[in-house]
Amino acid sequence: MVALRYLEDVVTLECDREKCIGCGMCSVVCPHGVFVVAEGKAVMAARNLCMECGACMRNCPSGAISVEAGEGCVRGVINELLGIDGPCC
Amino acid sequence: MNAPANGAFSKMILPMAKEVPSGAGEFHLPSADQSFICGTVATPVGRIPRADSELTRKDLRGHYLVRWNIGRDHFTVEPGLYGLGHPGSDSPVLVTANYKLTFDLLRQTLVGRDAWILVLDTKGINVWCAAGKGTFGTEELLDRIQASRLGEVVNHGKIIVPQLGAPGLAAFEIKKYAGFRVVYGPVQMSDLPVFLDNNCRATAEMRIKEFPFKERLVLVPVEVMQGLQQGVPLMLLFFLVAGFAGNDPFLRAALVHGLPAAFAVLAGIVAGNIVTPLLLPWIPGKAFSVKGAIAGLVVFSFVFTGSDVRAMGYSLLESSSWLLVTLAFSSRLGMAFTGASTFTSLNGVRKEMLRAMPAQFAAIVMGIGLWATALWLG
Repeated sequence: MVALRYLEDVVTLECDREKCIGCGMCSVVCPHGVFVVAEGKAVMAARNLCMECGACMRNCPSGAISVEAGEGCVRGVINELLGIDGPCC
Repeated sequence: MNAPANGAFSKMILPMAKEVPSGAGEFHLPSADQSFICGTVATPVGRIPRADSELTRKDLRGHYLVRWNIGRDHFTVEPGLYGLGHPGSDSPVLVTANYKLTFDLLRQTLVGRDAWILVLDTKGINVWCAAGKGTFGTEELLDRIQASRLGEVVNHGKIIVPQLGAPGLAAFEIKKYAGFRVVYGPVQMSDLPVFLDNNCRATAEMRIKEFPFKERLVLVPVEVMQGLQQGVPLMLLFFLVAGFAGNDPFLRAALVHGLPAAFAVLAGIVAGNIVTPLLLPWIPGKAFSVKGAIAGLVVFSFVFTGSDVRAMGYSLLESSSWLLVTLAFSSRLGMAFTGASTFTSLNGVRKEMLRAMPAQFAAIVMGIGLWATALWLG
């Protein structure tokens, strides 16, 4: 299977090493293996694979992760550009 | 198991919570009057409807239709707790969405097993999309746990939530407010039996979302239907307007000049909604709009460069307009597939759209403009 990769350096995912307690929940919920836990801290090992779903942020008990999460769908972005509070998919 | 007392958190509002609807958290069992119910399971809280793990022809017919975007908005099951097989207080609890396709595939996957299925009210949307919207979320799960008195039905205090539901709910909040420990199940439902047999442990592979050919293939019909929704009005317009061109009778003019333009739209739909999804990994480019345009160019060259088309003697102006129409559609519809794909990010899509949409808009306006120019001034 050819690896599917989207645009590079576009995602807003950030991880605060100071706040991280190393529970590893981010590495469990991430569907693209973005996080690994090394030396008791979460590390973004594959940040470009992030799809900004927000699972890691929502499940981080120490609030160490931030990302502008949302559905990357065309209609949603058009609604956003037009300032409409419309549905996505 | 520290089950929450009745009404303990029905009025609780979490940081990201909306107003809790009235009646939320009150004891409620789903109706037994649903096609897939085959009895009840006796529990301390009452008789819980038992779902059949065998799918009927009617179920499968519904699945086929929703894959074609037919009846997809009302393909739901009632939220609440269901039994599967002969579950007891130590049987696993699996949380899912009330999209009937999801629910049906889950009960089919668990055939021969005893389990509880806790269906959340996601308004008929699948787990992943509902989690993105927050309807598959913390408050809904807390409400559903309480409304089903789950703490009195099972004794293990553990619930299995699909990993792709994680964007919507926080495991630590479920633990904090309901006392239930969330175990995230595998990404793919098909891995559930192995996961359950392996003491609810997922392998690293089970945690990764791939997007294989087969999965892209089942999405094609829905994509095509959505492409046609956008394309058919323009195709009809091409026929109608072309009928008035030149001195030919209406029908002949509509056929001669409308048909190829309509075919240009169709070529764009084929390229953007069929070729792009299916050949996604192999089409050059990272942006879906680029992949769509490349697919459009290829499909166009198959459809319009045959000797029979050349023999018709269309002007360069008119045939150029077809190319622009095809490219506009294929790029736009290919880009729309980001919404169904499993590896594109919001900020990536936003960046791609801001760059691609002006080009797509220019292509369709110029395409229609050239076509009209060729018909009346050419």
